[in-house]
Amino acid sequence: MKYMLLIYQDEPSWTAVPETERQQIYGEYRKLRTELESKGQFVTGSQLQPISTATSVRVRDGKELVTDGPFAETHEQLGGYFLIEAKNLDEATAIAARIPSARTGTIEVRPLVETAAEATA
Amino acid sequence: MSQARETLEKVFREEYGRIVATLIRISGSFDLAEEALQEAFTSAASKWEREGTPKNPGAWLTTVAHHKVVDAIRRDKTRNEKQDEIVFESTRLQPFAETELREDTHEYPDDRLRLIFTCCHPSLVREAQVALTLRTLGGLTTTEIAHAFLVSEATLAQRLVRAKQKIRLARIPYEVPSLEVMGERLAAVRAVIYLIFNEGYAASAGQNLIRNDLCAEAIRLGRVLCELLPNEPENMGLLALMLLQDSRRDARVNDAGELVTLEEQDRSRWDATEIAEGTRLVQAALSLRRVGNYQLQAAIAAVHAEAKHADETDWRQIVALYGELLRITSSPVVALNHAAAVAMSEGPEQGLRLLEAAGAAGALQNYYLFHASRADLLRRLNRLDEAVTAYTTALPLTTNVVEQNYIRRRLNELKQ
Repeated sequence: MKYMLLIYQDEPSWTAVPETERQQIYGEYRKLRTELESKGQFVTGSQLQPISTATSVRVRDGKELVTDGPFAETHEQLGGYFLIEAKNLDEATAIAARIPSARTGTIEVRPLVETAAEATA
Repeated sequence: MSQARETLEKVFREEYGRIVATLIRISGSFDLAEEALQEAFTSAASKWEREGTPKNPGAWLTTVAHHKVVDAIRRDKTRNEKQDEIVFESTRLQPFAETELREDTHEYPDDRLRLIFTCCHPSLVREAQVALTLRTLGGLTTTEIAHAFLVSEATLAQRLVRAKQKIRLARIPYEVPSLEVMGERLAAVRAVIYLIFNEGYAASAGQNLIRNDLCAEAIRLGRVLCELLPNEPENMGLLALMLLQDSRRDARVNDAGELVTLEEQDRSRWDATEIAEGTRLVQAALSLRRVGNYQLQAAIAAVHAEAKHADETDWRQIVALYGELLRITSSPVVALNHAAAVAMSEGPEQGLRLLEAAGAAGALQNYYLFHASRADLLRRLNRLDEAVTAYTTALPLTTNVVEQNYIRRRLNELKQ
């Protein structure tokens, strides 16, 4: 079963992390990714550019409305994601707990809706 | 009542959880399991009346319900294949396993441990954990649970639906957790059981009937936990604590339905059987030398239970136990109780010093008992003006009539 791990973090404090420490954290991310890949549990994942680069799009009454900024102003911002394969929620949360940002931010774990075609595959 | 009917009700109370736990494992669905078991009970009602009660009623029901589960799954499969919708299999907890169950065997599997951990999974909110535990493991009806928790049936039903949906969609595993997380998961299970107990114990007079059932149910769940995971001292501590608190049930409310303090309770009305069992359990737990919160609270309750009269209480031992509890929990309320025990054991001056230290952090400033205890100690130290101030601060902090009356009585005495 696929789970999306959404990585939320306070952006200003992430920006304030010194370069050496940041490199170390990136190293941890790479290590986790490699490990998940070797077990066939890594589907995809990426860091996102900061929310200052975000654009929101809405279509209302057929009119396209494009605005600056993220969907919601929250205390922590979506900064990246992992899409993983896990046998159940416990396995997914165990992986989420190993994401370096879990120590400072929050990882939201969301199961994907599985369609008939995928489930039988 | 006919004998068949009587057996059926007994089996329902005692075996519902165990049977439903097995059916959930086999079917991968809480709803399917509950429906099948309900149907099996209905079949049993007429069949047992006609043909007599089977040798092993629990196994009989499991087998019949199992067949019903299999039928339901086959029906659903055919329907889903035709409709080409979300495949039923993918939404179930685990693939269907053809488990051989025979009604003449005396052994049938015990899956309750998985069930407890799934019901109390940390990804479910506490209210959902409680509702699910009582519904599936306890076999209480939605109506009974709703009444006991003073919520509408619709609210409770919704809570259960959402919880079961989350178990299914997020695939909360139906298994005993791994050793790494076992400790915290088990703590959550105990918290749920103790919450059920307290919900029953904190009842006001009018609702006593339903709510005493909650205490009994919590104790029963506590026993199940001890049976499934023996030699786990905190599980024993929890059961002991509930038994010892429950032993005072008849004495803690007077005829007018008001709460009576521990000091003033008629100790002849305490339940000696529960005290004996609770005391034995807490001793056995402590001898395993892995002390914990519930064991210490139970030990304190056991020391109180030992005293035939309030003035025979072994306060030195209670001080030591609270000291230990404070060391492992560092909760301000425990610090307050510790100080109160010290006051009883070593005198009001020492007690007051500790009490004020406990209150210094500020967490107790809106807590009725902090100000009331402080006032009591000041009064005993003859610092009467300060006592009046403290009682006056305490008064608006409680909505409990008995507590309010106590404060008013003290204030009147001091103002004379």
